[in-house]
Amino acid sequence: MGMDTVLDMGDTFLTGKNTLGAIDSVVEEKVDREDRTTVGTQFVDDARMTCRDVNVFYGDKQAIRSVSIDVANNEVLAMIGPSGCGKSTFLRCLNRMNDTVDICRVKGEILLDGHDIYDKSVDVVPLRAQVGMVFQKPNPFPKSIYDNVAYGPKIHGIVNSKTELDGIVEDSLKKAGLWNEVSDRLDEPGTGLSGGQQQRLCIARAVAVRPEVILMDEPCSALDPIATATVEDLITELKEQYTIVIVTHNMQQAARISQRTAYFHLGDLVEVGATDRIFTNPLHQLTEDYITGRFG
Amino acid sequence: MSPNLLVIFTLILSSLAYGVGKKKAFALVRKDESVRLHSRPGYYGLLTALWCGIPALLIFGVWQFVADTVLTNMVMGAIVGHGAPVDTAQVNLLVNDLRNLVAGNYFSADVDPQLQVAADRYIAMERVGTIALGIVMFACAMIGCLFVYSRIKPAMRARNQVEGIVKIFLIFCSAIAILTTVGIVLSVLFESYRFFQQVPVTDFLFGLKWSPQMAIRADQAGSSGSFGAIPVLAGTFMISGIAMAVAVPIGLMAAIYLSEYAGNRFRAIVKPLLEILAGVPTVVYGFFAALVVAPFIRNAGLTFGLSVSSESALAAGIVMGVMIIPFVSSLSDDVINAVPQSLRDGSYGLGATKSETITNVILPAALPGIVGSILLAVSRAIGETMIVVMAAGLSANLTANPLQAVTTVTVQIVTLLVGDQEFDSPKTLAAFALGLLLFVITLILNVIALYVVRKYREEYE
Repeated sequence: MGMDTVLDMGDTFLTGKNTLGAIDSVVEEKVDREDRTTVGTQFVDDARMTCRDVNVFYGDKQAIRSVSIDVANNEVLAMIGPSGCGKSTFLRCLNRMNDTVDICRVKGEILLDGHDIYDKSVDVVPLRAQVGMVFQKPNPFPKSIYDNVAYGPKIHGIVNSKTELDGIVEDSLKKAGLWNEVSDRLDEPGTGLSGGQQQRLCIARAVAVRPEVILMDEPCSALDPIATATVEDLITELKEQYTIVIVTHNMQQAARISQRTAYFHLGDLVEVGATDRIFTNPLHQLTEDYITGRFG
Repeated sequence: MSPNLLVIFTLILSSLAYGVGKKKAFALVRKDESVRLHSRPGYYGLLTALWCGIPALLIFGVWQFVADTVLTNMVMGAIVGHGAPVDTAQVNLLVNDLRNLVAGNYFSADVDPQLQVAADRYIAMERVGTIALGIVMFACAMIGCLFVYSRIKPAMRARNQVEGIVKIFLIFCSAIAILTTVGIVLSVLFESYRFFQQVPVTDFLFGLKWSPQMAIRADQAGSSGSFGAIPVLAGTFMISGIAMAVAVPIGLMAAIYLSEYAGNRFRAIVKPLLEILAGVPTVVYGFFAALVVAPFIRNAGLTFGLSVSSESALAAGIVMGVMIIPFVSSLSDDVINAVPQSLRDGSYGLGATKSETITNVILPAALPGIVGSILLAVSRAIGETMIVVMAAGLSANLTANPLQAVTTVTVQIVTLLVGDQEFDSPKTLAAFALGLLLFVITLILNVIALYVVRKYREEYE
């Protein structure tokens, strides 16, 4: 991304409709659009995950530039930004899902509870059990509802008996708020559920392996408003036991459910901070542009 | 004038008609700016061209189809009318002579002058006929063209009419495929019916002895012939079974490796290579089976103290299995690749390993397609002929021992129809009954395949 493009974009912003009014209404001096060093509270004291100087490349193209951020214990960290800004790519670094993409290279340091997850000695299998993931599109396996949830515990061998497995399935479905809807038809295929139910099934599936961190990649983008509200309530509840990092396109959603928000712009982490502060008084001009709906 | 010239001429006419029709449609708009054409001008041109070309070509086709019969009848009518013999066989002979004369490949000196006259008449009439055909076609093309041209108006629904004609053409094409199938089935059914008039159905379906050799002439010494299909069927199933036992595991594993483990470059090289295996002619597999595999198995059997006949079901089955591997692997590979990446991601995201993901998620999701590919391979195995002709032998043994020679339905059909044939004898007709049996079995397999695929698809989507 050359400087020219950025300048072009700047011009576009200025010619936008109510640009002048929006800028005038903010009293504080913003960080200039050209400055891409991260502003705000990147680092926290009780960090579950710490990321330092993370760079991601797809072949020759750099998708993430030198991102450093902490994820605090039992918080919901929302990552927002325009399409293609690298927020999903960064999320997928946190449990090494990018390993499945051949041309993807990750540089930098990502620690989970003080251990580098990109260390050569680390096996991705237990790592992904610790850092679970929920995807944009509900992707239940072509199995029964029960088997969908039991899949994780089974492959990780964390159960000794059928009763124990039954317990985990019931517990996970309850945590995902799905138990009341499916308890009488656990042997029906998971693909037969509605979209919102499928997504909660996927959350139950992730919860069943007892992860420490749950990554969510736009979990509500394929859902209707009612299903979205249910999933959002669920995330708020899950926060009590898990650390959650969520990528979202929906700024209202970030405002509703997260404690901290990170704003990504074209591969740079531009601003991090308490969600309330970000949405009321952003420090960076790009953040302001985005949350006031000038692009995205 | 050659008939082909007529076709080319019609095509030129109809492309001219396209231009004329399109031009008129344009002219309509240009004359009056407020006019809105129902369709784009090209459709008016296309409609004119179709009306110009199709009737003329239809007439051409009909003429080509009936001309010979009509002309021959007219000429022969004249000959026979002159008091010549009215015996059917002799008339047929005369017709043949006539055809040869007309085609100019009759160089015998003693040509019946009367026949020579007839042949000359035939040629003359054919020339007149072709000219008449040309005139009729031209008239038809012009009438069709003018008919549409005069009716080109802004409100004319040219697009809908063109689409209607295209639809009729498509229906015609699919009808050809269906009618061919129906025709083949009917002919097999008819001949089988004749067979079952001479040999009871129960004897055929449940008889344990297959020995089709029988006396063709009344005074010929020969066995009476017995047509029990069970040994032949058993041979078919045994060889197909061995083939599937070879092809399914190897093909499936190869598909899994190719789609899940192999790197892009390796895959790009190996997949086409595997598909070349499917392009090897079955005859080549056949002599590979007969000259390499069968002797190898016999020698291997000898070292273990087993008596293996030089033509064995095992040899044929193994080679047939090798032949089928690319079917199973290539189709399964496509099916496995079609499993959405999101399912893989979901499984990896839960900390599953690659093998866990494959066995627990990908294979179940791809199962309907895999079953489909396997059943397709079975149909292929049952219908395969050359390998078994060469490697499995001709003797219809009813045995469960794969080391002995057996025979299959297809092999028997080949042997029954090779050499002297007498279409009144059950020996020849038995081939049709076997063909019908084979057809029914393959049909049942396909129905099962469809059912399985549909059942799982309902469950997993």
